[in-house]
Amino acid sequence: MTASSTRAPRTPRSLDVDALLADRHTRIVVCCGSGGVGKTTTAAALGLRAAEQGRRVVVLTIDPARRLAQSLGLVELDNTPRAVAGIDTAGGGHLDAMMLDMKRTFDEVVLAHASRETAEQILANPFYQAVSSSFAGTQEYMAMEKLGQLRAQADRAELGWDLIVVDTPPSRSALDFLDAPKRLGSFLDGRFIRLISAPAKAGGRAGLKLVNVGIGLVTKTLDTVLGAQMLRDVQTFVNALDSMFGGFRERADHTYALLKDRGTAFVVVAAPERDALREASYFVARLAKDGMPLAGLVVNRMQPAPAPGLTASRARAVAEQLADADRLETSAALTLHAALSDLAARHRNLVRRFTAGHPSIPVVEVAALAQDVHDVAGLREVGHRLAAT
Amino acid sequence: MPPPSSTVSLPAGSQAPLPDGFERVRLHIVTGKGGTGKTTVAAALAAALAARGKRVLLAEVEGRQGISQTFDVPPLPHTETQVAATSGRGEVVGLSVDAKTALLEYLQLFYKLGRAGGVLERFGAIDFATTIAPGVRDLLLVGRVYEAMRRRADARHHRRSDAPYDFDAVVLDAPPTGRIGRFLSVGAEVADLARMGPIHSQADSITEMLQSEATAVHLVTLLEEMPVQETVDAVAELRSLGMPIGAVVINQARAGLLTDADEGLVTPTDLDPEGVAADLRAVGLDPAPALVDGLVSQVREHAERVELEDEQLTVLEASGLPLVTVPYLVDGVDANAVCEIGELLADQGMVPA
Repeated sequence: MTASSTRAPRTPRSLDVDALLADRHTRIVVCCGSGGVGKTTTAAALGLRAAEQGRRVVVLTIDPARRLAQSLGLVELDNTPRAVAGIDTAGGGHLDAMMLDMKRTFDEVVLAHASRETAEQILANPFYQAVSSSFAGTQEYMAMEKLGQLRAQADRAELGWDLIVVDTPPSRSALDFLDAPKRLGSFLDGRFIRLISAPAKAGGRAGLKLVNVGIGLVTKTLDTVLGAQMLRDVQTFVNALDSMFGGFRERADHTYALLKDRGTAFVVVAAPERDALREASYFVARLAKDGMPLAGLVVNRMQPAPAPGLTASRARAVAEQLADADRLETSAALTLHAALSDLAARHRNLVRRFTAGHPSIPVVEVAALAQDVHDVAGLREVGHRLAAT
Repeated sequence: MPPPSSTVSLPAGSQAPLPDGFERVRLHIVTGKGGTGKTTVAAALAAALAARGKRVLLAEVEGRQGISQTFDVPPLPHTETQVAATSGRGEVVGLSVDAKTALLEYLQLFYKLGRAGGVLERFGAIDFATTIAPGVRDLLLVGRVYEAMRRRADARHHRRSDAPYDFDAVVLDAPPTGRIGRFLSVGAEVADLARMGPIHSQADSITEMLQSEATAVHLVTLLEEMPVQETVDAVAELRSLGMPIGAVVINQARAGLLTDADEGLVTPTDLDPEGVAADLRAVGLDPAPALVDGLVSQVREHAERVELEDEQLTVLEASGLPLVTVPYLVDGVDANAVCEIGELLADQGMVPA
């Protein structure tokens, strides 16, 4: 261990959710974390709490559970923010919510950046259709594209938003969008795109003059592996996209800058499980590497402190005694108490281990709810627990 | 050869009867909503198969190193690496499938590319294929599993080879339920894009394997509303895609607190606080109101949870699929717990002899 272990352990800082939401400089909150930790619920609860405290909020969800979506009035996936009913607007706030339509967002990008003729060509290309609806990673890019759009609208529109809360796709690749500008850039400047677009531009494969053995080898291989028809589709697609790549990259750069901005706050969401907290560490490291502003960690589903004044081991011993005396119900209650005490201790230890490794990261623990959240009242309760530390 | 020190040694396993058709399954695809423990279940299934003398490949495709963490061994490279072994043939070989490595291996295996592979890489063609080209990435990941399924012990891939399969079984820690349909239908999708040629026929063969009786897709869930709903949705989607579904694994199930002769485990809903206080006093504990009330409400909340879980169980039972239950492990899951869970899966008929 380092010298710091000789000092008294610092109390981990707690994440002040209300201060974060009340700060008018906070314009974007991005929730990220592994799947199944309550990320969408956290995003929606943060949005609701901010709205009821007077902010004009839009929540962008990626793939909400059906009943949660219904509670937000999201009955169809139409890519348009809609007002959420049942909100306390006394403070002048407002809450809109929307669900991301990946394909439609991609189509809009194409339409915005290409001439009408090129756009139609791209939209009709079978390769594009597959990219826009199924390419692993499209969801991440389009979530960020949509965020950029919402942010631009927020500044323009009269009744715009002063806070955007974004949910991210449930995978480690959720942070792939951080690589988007670089990846698009290297792709654009890459030799491959010039290589593959060359034959089509010159009106067919005959137009490709072999400038070196490498290119010959590559095209021959591509032809063998892909087949002539697929190679043609790829060429048409790459050519058509080439004309709009500049705009594409500019937008990716812009969104990247927006994420790094001080008005943005990343919130990493986790559950008190080894895997989820390990993923949280990964997210924290990834965000730090890119200099992204991290507000803190939310740990959902914490086992609340058990009934006071009785340790797990004592409860177990007494439970046995009572079972022998045929006091089965009280015995069972004590066995349960012992199990819950152990679970609460395990959860606390897992979080403590995380904070020991990341002492500067503010943490907020949210006690597990007895039921799934699927209405505004449930979200309000989650928001209350988020702010209750 | 003794297993290297970084691998886990497995106990020998027993056998329970199987649901119809399970004995023909060689490829177990394990999916589930995030956070339901699908990696644990995949690892447990692989361990139980190995404990019965099988040589098993356990593959992950999302680069999360879930396998090495579950078995508590060093991070897996992109090549097949032993992670657990029995004294006989039984072993678990781990693989973190990487699209780029899989593509280069594929090009070498089927096209004998030699240095062209390196040239493709320099020109950015490999990056294009594995990050930008639609479906190719998923196709490569599934394709790598397909290759492992077909490989014979003599390293050939021909159907007519007499040699036994290199792997008796393959367990795939697959993408979560939200992505599983798209992931497994990638063969059909790519076959659509490449209407002829080698990619088309490769993609078709992959789809054929996935839809055959050698494959079973298992779904891991918790008895909570959202995961159960996702499971039901995924079952419907997989059925519409013609994928054979195996078992639904209910993970982290809570049980009732008291054994009842007629009803099995039951939970009392309303304890009498005065009775509890009297019992505590009788064994020398201070029946402080905070403790008594806390105990009573803990039992009530548990009973409510169990009741909610029963409702969700009814939903799952309606699917008609074999249900397999793994109880909640308060101490969390380590390599030993993985073997223990594997035996629970085997006891409930999930593991072919």
